[in-house]
Amino acid sequence: MANHSNDTHESYNAHGHGGAAHGSVKEYVIGLILSIILTVIPFGLVMAGNTGTLTLAIILLCLVAQVLVQLVFFLHMNGSSEQIWNTTSGVFIVLIVLIVVLGSIWIMNHLNHNMLLGH
Amino acid sequence: MTNTVVDEHSALDHDHHDYEGDTLLGFWIYIMSDCILFASLFAVYAVLNGNFFGAPTPQELFELNFVAGETALLLFSSFTFGMAMLYSHKNNLQGLFSWLGVTFLLGAAFLGMELYEFYHFTHEGAGPTASGYWSAFYALVGTHGLHVFAGLIWMIVLSIHILRDGLTVTNSCRLACLSLFWHFLDVIWICVFSIVYLMGVM
Repeated sequence: MANHSNDTHESYNAHGHGGAAHGSVKEYVIGLILSIILTVIPFGLVMAGNTGTLTLAIILLCLVAQVLVQLVFFLHMNGSSEQIWNTTSGVFIVLIVLIVVLGSIWIMNHLNHNMLLGH
Repeated sequence: MTNTVVDEHSALDHDHHDYEGDTLLGFWIYIMSDCILFASLFAVYAVLNGNFFGAPTPQELFELNFVAGETALLLFSSFTFGMAMLYSHKNNLQGLFSWLGVTFLLGAAFLGMELYEFYHFTHEGAGPTASGYWSAFYALVGTHGLHVFAGLIWMIVLSIHILRDGLTVTNSCRLACLSLFWHFLDVIWICVFSIVYLMGVM
């Protein structure tokens, strides 16, 4: 790997490379607070008895937002060159996951539909 | 001849320097493959959603207060593991073990709640064999629970390693991998509580 920028570092603990970078207390506290907010919103909505498409959309929005919050504040993912392989593989996996999940649901719904038409 | 030797030496030296980075990237790729495992379990869950076959429905069984408790435990354990990592970077073993101990207790409490929940559901007639829906439910949530269990065992083993050898390069690297793993489990749990529990109750 053409990653020679780390040759200069003294202590290997100085910074992460090709893996997780190190955070700070502030970063973890911000991540925790944002996560709590993004957890309380969907739980509160559903516990209050809300149903319907809007609630569903908010749940999914909070889900995606909290995953991003945790990736950035807890896993310290970013676009720096040290972490570019982590981020690249992460984006690739998101694509694969979407194909697997949405593709399965799509195909199985069509199968269900076609089976029902026979009756 | 001499040049070759020097080159080889510097190559080895470079490998040594990059040991942590390469291992973490490799572990990251393992986690990404684990994502695909969970994605297929989520897909199975989504496809079998609604196939209750006369067994109790999630609306009847899920208690959101209970799930909120589980979520809080896992979220705070993710935070405390972050604190443990910060102390490990300062080479503060006491701080590291205190926070790691808290993380372990939170994780164990989460697992205890999850096992109680499984026992309760099975007792109510919604066991893994009750219907397609519940099979998919136990496969998905149980796989996450197994990962948490593995993380707890890893914490014990790694603590013994660190007590024996201190924070060597190898042990720090293992700790960083475990940290990635633990945060990853929290991310999966966010998907579980949103898609399985909240949408199941709606």
